[in-house]
Amino acid sequence: MITTEATAGAPPGVGPGAGRLPAAPRRRRGPAASQWAAAGFAAPLLVYLILFYAYPLWRNIDLSVHDYTIRAFVQGNAEFVGFEKYAEVFTSAAFPAALWNTAVFTVVSIVFQYAIGLALAVFFRSGFRLSGALRAMFLVPWLLPLIVSASTWAWMLNSDNGIVNSVLGAFGVEQINWLTSPDTALLSVTIANIWLGIPFNLVILYSGLQNIPGEVYEAASLDGAGAWRQFWSITFPLLRPVSAITLLLGLIYTLKVVDVIWIMTTGGPGNASTTLAIWSYREAFGTGQPDFSPAAAVGNVLIVIALVFGFLHLQLQRRQEES
Amino acid sequence: MHHTVQHARPHTRRKPATTLAAVAALALVGVLGACSSGGSAAAGGEAGGDDTTYTWWDPYPQHDDASDWAGRVQACGEEAGVTIERTAYDTTALTNQALLAAQESTSPDVILLDNPAVSTLADTGMLTTVDELGLDISGVDENLLAAGVVGGETYGIPIGANTLSLYYNADVLKDADVDPASITDWDSLTAALKAVTDGGHKGITFAGIGTEEGSFQFLPWFWGAGADLRDLDSPEAVAALELWKGWLDDGYAPNSVINNSQNTTWEEFLTGDFGFAVNGTWQVDSAAGADFEAGTIQLPGRDGGVAPAPTGGEFILAPVQEDTARYDVTRQIVECMTTPEGFVETANTFAYYIPPTADGQAALLEEKPDLEPWVEAVRNAKGRTSDDLGADYPVISEALWTAVQNALSGAATPQEALKTAQADAEAGLS
Repeated sequence: MITTEATAGAPPGVGPGAGRLPAAPRRRRGPAASQWAAAGFAAPLLVYLILFYAYPLWRNIDLSVHDYTIRAFVQGNAEFVGFEKYAEVFTSAAFPAALWNTAVFTVVSIVFQYAIGLALAVFFRSGFRLSGALRAMFLVPWLLPLIVSASTWAWMLNSDNGIVNSVLGAFGVEQINWLTSPDTALLSVTIANIWLGIPFNLVILYSGLQNIPGEVYEAASLDGAGAWRQFWSITFPLLRPVSAITLLLGLIYTLKVVDVIWIMTTGGPGNASTTLAIWSYREAFGTGQPDFSPAAAVGNVLIVIALVFGFLHLQLQRRQEES
Repeated sequence: MHHTVQHARPHTRRKPATTLAAVAALALVGVLGACSSGGSAAAGGEAGGDDTTYTWWDPYPQHDDASDWAGRVQACGEEAGVTIERTAYDTTALTNQALLAAQESTSPDVILLDNPAVSTLADTGMLTTVDELGLDISGVDENLLAAGVVGGETYGIPIGANTLSLYYNADVLKDADVDPASITDWDSLTAALKAVTDGGHKGITFAGIGTEEGSFQFLPWFWGAGADLRDLDSPEAVAALELWKGWLDDGYAPNSVINNSQNTTWEEFLTGDFGFAVNGTWQVDSAAGADFEAGTIQLPGRDGGVAPAPTGGEFILAPVQEDTARYDVTRQIVECMTTPEGFVETANTFAYYIPPTADGQAALLEEKPDLEPWVEAVRNAKGRTSDDLGADYPVISEALWTAVQNALSGAATPQEALKTAQADAEAGLS
């Protein structure tokens, strides 16, 4: 979703070139030539889109409807099996668990990322001393390579030597097996993911807050509205368009998270923290036996879920533009 | 994001001038030209291109072009009168790259690959057999060669082997009054763990992570109980998993072993707190440099004797080429790597690979007599894809490490976990 939108504006050849148009109108040879030219300009973008978006998508579908064993992959003679791989995925005992984990991971992550991000954005809006520096520090999770932050979280949550358990231990709490117990593994990776997602929410919501004119708040305080009332009657409603986009982008980001979970638990113990994205990755690359067909099938299910929410996003946007 | 889309639209609607179109078209041709020439050069490189350049892939990205290892590879090429173009990938990437290259018919001339992946590649028909290439494999230890044998044909030669042993911290054991020589079976090991733990130290650490490494570390206990990979829920298999589970429950092993990789395990052992650690030949140097005195003993079987540990290490493989005339030089390169001197040199270049032939082992022991226990361990070791498992092994292994994870984390009892694993393995292989 995000990437497709970005690419529409991306090819630099189109932008600047088109900008210089008025300077060279002398050798116009009629509509045919200009249509060719139009096609010429569109061609790089089309080639790019087909090569990097349409083909991989098509290939993913192609993989999922054939039975690509490794031998078939090399020899290129995979048998067409239709939706058999999808049926296998849907009837697998791992599917409901993975779907549930994906839902919990995504929803809990987004709710907390948004709530904390919004709270921080409102907090930083008042622009006290050093607020700029503090705000910059909150961006650190975003700047760190994921492998670094995920490994650090894994160390902190280590059952025996982790700092989290040693702090809790000082208060008499018994050892919690954060990453190695089926009860807490999903919670642990979700906590790490919330921490990672806060800066994104903070930045977008903070810039949204800048667009709310200060007079509104002045008027409200003249009318005797306190901070709490101002938040619920002004900030929150006026921020709604930005909030909707933040939540939807966050949802699409979170659905496809692999790295954090893979580094911290590899989806384990057992399947306790396996989401759909982890499942797909594991089938394709996580074992000694690449199983591309079911991996592609799970991947396509994820794409469909993301698409549904993507359309929801577009629908919301349209309604906003109309109003 | 939304912003840029709206900006882009008005531009595209304007009528562009033809001169600009021509410029753009030229630029496009230029770009495509550059791409295709770059592409063909790369493809040519992968396929071996001309007759004097041979391509070589290995899983040692830590050894760059200036390293001893790269020098060795080059020397073998020079001996055969060609230049070798070496590319290093990490292990998992290498398997995927090899499969992709085979699909495109651009396989390199030589691949060095982790042994359990050999049967998977052989199964696709992308590898030549040693007979086709004319290689002599008579000297290679059978247990080490087994990983390269699929359906009676041999598809490669191990360039060296490593395996697991039980490292111990002599200071901790002395403190707990445990004699390492007294550890001969599971009971005596568990008793030693109890003594070490009672003495205020930590018992043992191993890697139970949910990847191939987890299976690799569990197999010595699994095989040491007499279990068979075709029968994951046998009473012997359950006994092996109960042994691990018991260590966790009794506090002899830390709970974090469930997520431990072999590297993490080793770091834990190097803290000096642990009495024992299961780890491989590749840590010999590191053990010698530890702050405490470290030793090794063979992994014990359930009722005594040495448990077969799985073999690690790479095979040298020659993928099928369209131009079969290339095989002659390829054979010379492979032979250069697999002479007794070649094996010893490899053993020394990498942190202690044990040569896979008796001659090579004898030559290595002459230089490094300390490695005697490791040579013995390698001789007792067993290929993971042996017993005619071949390409079925990865499927079984995944079921096995999942069972280990489920049992250790308490999601299921060892019995239940292995029963599920057997069902999963059967379903995966049907």
